[in-house]
Amino acid sequence: MSATPIPTVTPSGEDGPLRPPTDFQTRRMRLNSARRYAVNHLVTGLAVLSTVLVIVPLVAILGYLIYKGASSLNLAFFTHIPAPVGETGGGMANAMLGSGIILALASSMGVPVGIAAGVYLAEYGWGTMLGMAVRFTADVLNGIPSIVMGIAAYSLIVMRQMHFSAFSGGVALAIMMVPTITRTTEEMLMTVPHAIREAALGLGVPKWRTVISVSLRTASPGIITGCMLAFARVAGETAPLLFTAFGNQFWSFKLNEPIAALPLQIYVYAISPYDEWHRLAWAGALVLILMIMVSVTLVRIYAGRGILKGAS
Amino acid sequence: MGVGIDVEHLNAWYGTNHTLQDINLNIPANHATALIGPSGCGKSTFVRCLNRMHETNPIARATGVVKMGDVDIYKDASPVDIRRRVGMVFQRPNPFPTMSIYDNVASGLKLNGFRNKAILDETVERSLKAAALWEEVKDELKKKSGASLSGGQQQRMCIARALAVDPEVLLMDEPASALDPVSTSKIEDLIFQLKSQYTIVIVTHNMQQAARVAENTGFFLNGKMVEFNSTDKIFTTPSDKRTEDYITGRFG
Amino acid sequence: MSLEREPEPSSPPTAPTPQMDAAPLRAPAIVNFVAASGPVAEEGPPSPIRQYLRARGNGGLADGTFAAVMLVCALSIFAIVLFILTILIARSRMSLAQFGFGFFTRSAWNPVTGDFGALPFIYGTLATSLLALAMAVPLALGVAIFLSELCPAKLRAPISFLTELLAAIPSVVYGLWAVFVLVPIVRDQLGPLLVKYLGWTGFFEGANFGVGLLTASIILAIMILPIISSITRDIMLAVPVSQREAVLALGATRWEMIRTGVLRNARIGIVGAVILGLGRALGETMAVTMVIGNHPDISRSLFAPANTLASVIAGEFSEATSSMYISALIEIGLALFLVTIVVNAIARALVWAVTRGAPARVH
Repeated sequence: MSATPIPTVTPSGEDGPLRPPTDFQTRRMRLNSARRYAVNHLVTGLAVLSTVLVIVPLVAILGYLIYKGASSLNLAFFTHIPAPVGETGGGMANAMLGSGIILALASSMGVPVGIAAGVYLAEYGWGTMLGMAVRFTADVLNGIPSIVMGIAAYSLIVMRQMHFSAFSGGVALAIMMVPTITRTTEEMLMTVPHAIREAALGLGVPKWRTVISVSLRTASPGIITGCMLAFARVAGETAPLLFTAFGNQFWSFKLNEPIAALPLQIYVYAISPYDEWHRLAWAGALVLILMIMVSVTLVRIYAGRGILKGAS
Repeated sequence: MGVGIDVEHLNAWYGTNHTLQDINLNIPANHATALIGPSGCGKSTFVRCLNRMHETNPIARATGVVKMGDVDIYKDASPVDIRRRVGMVFQRPNPFPTMSIYDNVASGLKLNGFRNKAILDETVERSLKAAALWEEVKDELKKKSGASLSGGQQQRMCIARALAVDPEVLLMDEPASALDPVSTSKIEDLIFQLKSQYTIVIVTHNMQQAARVAENTGFFLNGKMVEFNSTDKIFTTPSDKRTEDYITGRFG
Repeated sequence: MSLEREPEPSSPPTAPTPQMDAAPLRAPAIVNFVAASGPVAEEGPPSPIRQYLRARGNGGLADGTFAAVMLVCALSIFAIVLFILTILIARSRMSLAQFGFGFFTRSAWNPVTGDFGALPFIYGTLATSLLALAMAVPLALGVAIFLSELCPAKLRAPISFLTELLAAIPSVVYGLWAVFVLVPIVRDQLGPLLVKYLGWTGFFEGANFGVGLLTASIILAIMILPIISSITRDIMLAVPVSQREAVLALGATRWEMIRTGVLRNARIGIVGAVILGLGRALGETMAVTMVIGNHPDISRSLFAPANTLASVIAGEFSEATSSMYISALIEIGLALFLVTIVVNAIARALVWAVTRGAPARVH
């Protein structure tokens, strides 16, 4: 785009013959335009560059995981407990089972409370001061470091019982799940059109039944998705389990004893000096991340961005 | 059969907005009564006070006496009881999206715990016939979702749903305003047939519809009821100048 | 269409007859139009449906109970916060009493003699977090700008999906990768490069074993990038299109439109997003613990091993034997809790101010 000359008027205001603009004006305007376009292109380039720089670590990490871990994923990995130090072979079966047990425990406590709190926010407390306070607090809780939850559970349960346990690990994870599920449940219930609630109320259906059979039923796919998201998030957490579940080299089925968990085991193996354990750590990390990726992908397909925004 | 409704000194607020000011009227049983008036004059609020839906809004408030038959609906009964006796059809069809047509129509009964399958089947059929929808959906009652019908069909299904609980009064808040003319005329025919069995109150801003369908008409303006009389009289020799202005189209 | 009145099938004796005279214009039309206060004579007993519904309770008790249960669960959110606060204060009483506020200004950390001071960890936390922010914020902004303004529509979904995937990777997996990939890079390639070109700044002195503040900052930057980028993108999308159009109509280039039409309106929210990223960085535990070197030292060199508030807890808790040691570590946990609450509260308030919190109910 080249600068067009500006028509000028003589100082007396009359429409005199058009004087051509000075050279100075034209050149400056041309330079200005060129500079602005250059800046525009530069910024575009920077934006693209940053996106590439962000994608690169992701691909690097995933690729490296597959490269290091895939070869160790054999049947033994999924069925055996760790071999004694110095021996090869063995697997992380007890850690996977332990994770399953802890997560089941955490979900049984965290999911009902979280969904109920979300129901309150959307159906009863919408617009009230209490509702806003609960929502805000839940958002803030979502940002608290998970190790704090672990220490709290340790202080409450482990210190009193004088031993580590799967139960305390479940409690620590449940505390983490509640705020996340609360917010996602609330967001999904807000998408239920008010008109169908009115339809049910107008038929003489009591409010509690309306909430269950109309609101929750309509929003249930999204609510389940939100729970899956919270589940995937705590499945990878290590810090809260460090001093609650503590880890276990053997099979453990009792809720009152220390229990192995997949992320915990990965951590212990990663910082150990044994190559064999490093190999297992890579394989375990690959399994963990595959599980989480599947959950995130399902969530994405199902619910789009809204869910993930609420949980971050 | 229907019951009559007596309204005395009804006032309603949304927050600080005095939406209804001292409404007094008697709605006769087994007749269709139309309520007309410009937008925002309180017709919908009035109708929602009749089945206590007004109070579902947290900032809403109402005072006064509304009697359905012998029962003061605000003092003598709970909102849930009243709403089971008074059916409501809304401006936009609002079928339950997760339920089939059958479940939608039966929802007033099923969600209240009614389990007798034979009576449910019979009620659904009867209601859909009364709503002139039976022939169109009878083969797909349980397979099709309530939300997959056309707009006019959905509204007739909502009417069937309201009829299924055998109400004594039927409130209709601009039931045809979101529909095409063919569906509209079908619904008007419906109201014509139903009014002998129920007391019908229909809110409309379409004066011709009121003239076609109702025996009595009330004219609302700015939260007050200006005039209430037989439809004939309202439209031919209105007593109040404001009514006459509205009818002849000078405002609204 | 003429108004046809069909004869009523079984008309009850309430035929309407207007009783009113032509009222003066101003009198309100109160009409005792029809004396219809009583119910119409019913034809036979009420139908079984009406019987059933009349007899059925109105669910008042169930309603009240249900609402109460929902309320209690909602209040549990507050209970969780209070519970964490009280239990942490209770269990750190010992070191609170012993060291008072000076705990956070002293540099000693000697489990043997029982002398504890958290200053090195505060330094480590601040240094790694701020350095990580400095690396992550420009990149996150770039990604957010790219995704919301410049990206071709087809690429948008895959790329934003990939950034969200980055957010989902667990900390321990980042740590694992950092230990075996990042540490050698920092030790063998990045380190010497930095010493060569930036050694004059004095930040790169001393031995470089690959673990230390720098490595921890890098992995931290990778980890907080997705959340800053995602929230920034939401905030940018919340700026109304009219603002963009107004600037474009004045003849601005794409970037100028972004700068004045979008970023200027969104800057409060973007600050909020950055602070949220800071909050995440302050509390990140596992990955940092694995690569920071675990040494309670304050050093200017970025190659030096250090510790953060979170990593000292993770690293030393299982070895803490004396009650004072445990108490001191729990006190650090308490400090971490309070700091992250404040930071997150400020950040959420800022983000809420721009996007107005929860989405509006659909009517």
